[in-house]
Amino acid sequence: MDFDLTEEQRLLKDSIDGLLADAYDFDKRKLYMKEKGGWSQAIWSKLAEQGLLGLPFSEEDGGFGAGGVETMIVMEAMGRALVLEPYLATVVLSGGFLRHGGSAAQKAAHLPDIIDGSKTFAFAQLEKQSRYDLFDVATSAKKKGDGYVIDGEKFVVLNGENADTLIVTARTSGGQRDKSGIGLFIVPADAKGVTRKGYPTQDGLHAADITFTGVEVGADAAIGDAANALPLIERVVDEARIALCAEAVGLMDESLKTTVEYIKTRKQFGVAIGSFQSLQHRASDMFVALEQARSMSMFATMAAEFDDAKERATSIAAAKVQIGKSGKFVGQQAIQLHGGIGMTMEAKIGHYFKRLTMIESTFGDTDYHMRRVSEAGGLI
Amino acid sequence: MDLAFTKEEQAFREEVRQFFKDNVPAETRRKMVEGRHLSKDEMVTWWRILNKKGWGVSHWPKEYGGTGWTSVQHYIFNEELQAYPAPQPLAFGVSMVGPVIYTFGNEEQKKKYLPRIANVDDWWCQGFSEPGSGSDLASLKTKAERRGDKWIINGQKTWTTLAQHADMIFCLCRTDPSAKKQMGISFIVFSMKSKGVTVRPIQTIDGGHEVNEVFFDDVEVPIENLIGEENKGWDYAKFLLGNERTGIARVGVSKERIRRIKELAAKVESGGRPVLEDPSFREKLTACEVELKALELTQLRVVADEGKHGKGKPNPASSVLKIKGSEIQQTTTELLMEVIGPFAAPYDIHGDDDSNETMDWTAQIAPSYFNNRKVSIYGGSNEIQRNIIAKAVLGL
Repeated sequence: MDFDLTEEQRLLKDSIDGLLADAYDFDKRKLYMKEKGGWSQAIWSKLAEQGLLGLPFSEEDGGFGAGGVETMIVMEAMGRALVLEPYLATVVLSGGFLRHGGSAAQKAAHLPDIIDGSKTFAFAQLEKQSRYDLFDVATSAKKKGDGYVIDGEKFVVLNGENADTLIVTARTSGGQRDKSGIGLFIVPADAKGVTRKGYPTQDGLHAADITFTGVEVGADAAIGDAANALPLIERVVDEARIALCAEAVGLMDESLKTTVEYIKTRKQFGVAIGSFQSLQHRASDMFVALEQARSMSMFATMAAEFDDAKERATSIAAAKVQIGKSGKFVGQQAIQLHGGIGMTMEAKIGHYFKRLTMIESTFGDTDYHMRRVSEAGGLI
Repeated sequence: MDLAFTKEEQAFREEVRQFFKDNVPAETRRKMVEGRHLSKDEMVTWWRILNKKGWGVSHWPKEYGGTGWTSVQHYIFNEELQAYPAPQPLAFGVSMVGPVIYTFGNEEQKKKYLPRIANVDDWWCQGFSEPGSGSDLASLKTKAERRGDKWIINGQKTWTTLAQHADMIFCLCRTDPSAKKQMGISFIVFSMKSKGVTVRPIQTIDGGHEVNEVFFDDVEVPIENLIGEENKGWDYAKFLLGNERTGIARVGVSKERIRRIKELAAKVESGGRPVLEDPSFREKLTACEVELKALELTQLRVVADEGKHGKGKPNPASSVLKIKGSEIQQTTTELLMEVIGPFAAPYDIHGDDDSNETMDWTAQIAPSYFNNRKVSIYGGSNEIQRNIIAKAVLGL
């Protein structure tokens, strides 16, 4: 049992922290938001240069063969700096599908572009009715010759506005809520029949609603088994949940730090408001919530390696519950302790709160995962 | 980063678990499961079994009878002990006064007291809180005046847990009334059988008798019963309170209670189905389990850190363990109340006698719920713990 980072992991942490400390203060972030697509290509290239976009891929595929702990380190740092760039959509999700389910040809065709930062990806999964059920898929992929024709609508596709390539869930057989008959397809974003309506999300990121009308793809577009891709989807989405847990810990960590600094300097009644016990106790409760979340983020990272699939899924769901609760608490208290200034667009704390809030409803909220843990019989 | 215990640690867990199976008296375990009070004899019998095995004072230095276990082994031992469940060693002797004596006491005191603590030949109690000194402990007024080769002690202590069983007390007494409040306190030990010591029971809201008021009226104590230096008692008290860390979360206790909740909630029906299948009950239980898992991991982080980097200074993370651990313990007793619903009501005095043998399993649930309100108050109330975090961690 060991919770320390290895020497190499510590170096990785120093390297990403260093990069973001230089390149990503809150004012610079505002400038990046105004760039095309709402994030900075220059930062993305820097992440590629430092090898961060190739982190989880095997060395044969041009990556570094890093594991979950490394992703946790990167995501936590990105949370702390409130990074806009599409790491989750491109490296964790799309990269994850290719890594775990892609053929040699698919990896060869796409991973170099991810690793060198030349292309970004998006995972088109959410539908109007599906909410958090990954198996609820109405979008269809009908066999035509060797290939498929995709029809349907996807919503709030993270990085969907800018992505060069989409990875789309679509049904090859069965009813809308059947667990079998779901396929996963690689679709160029500029394919004929793809219409994208992009928009900023509440947290300053960008997403798109995407319509697929008679989009034709070849047989080689399917990742893994086009008749049964749900296990792959669940696996990779679990990895994305773990990554979100780490990002949220970074967000909470920075939120608490910023809040404590603020109440140490803000004076009322002639003294720093941090000298008032009611505020101190709120801040202490934020610390407790953060540490519980940090523990569960580490737990989820390690749980990804559990052999028992049910135990693995339940552990990750439990982490998402803790993150959701802690994130809401820390975010809300951070605003409260900042007082009026916390309500302004100008102060950075509100932006942390908004990102934490969006994470809660990404890939299953607290209630959803609570139900999953219950249905699995709990943790004890 | 790795969650797995080593093969040796797993083997150790098996060994400990087997030892409890073979050696904890069945009746003691049953009472623990049902939340009943144990008699003094039952506790002492078990502690002597533990001591005979060499595990009575496991965390003490080897030269005084400790085991030399790693932090992880201590963690495993505690977890298994709490989860079995079996009584934990008497904290007042083993975790509190023992370490103060072997750290600050002289050779004679070590020889005299330590073996008797280990074998519970003396039952120790703690003389810290006073009627006017709870969270503000340093304001205590109990006086020890030097008269020849004796201390003359006058004053009153309160919340003295199980003083009715005690042979010895370790006591914070004011020895220099002119000094600043933390500076004039000494750490003195003496017999509860001394002339002038009176113990008066306090009945708590669960109907039980765990705590007492203790009065000192011109109690004569030999001068050599001072531990360490005169007027340094506050330092020893802080040392003592910071010593008990990883057990404080009581993860094993809560785990055992959750297992019991599930067992009972599967039997008791509500609306034609087991309470366990009621979605709103289920959600509360799951929420508690998630909090407990997070707490367990937080505790493991502290244990791993101590194992790697030594104990060093008191870790402020122990305040997190205390706050969350107590909240979860309270939640588990609340959930048990919900399971039995209206059958929580019948009242029966419990105590150290065994006259409640025939009561069914519902009898202790309400008292245990009432009793567990104490856990966020004792050992530094949760509000004091928040003060500690604000000051020591956040720098407020």
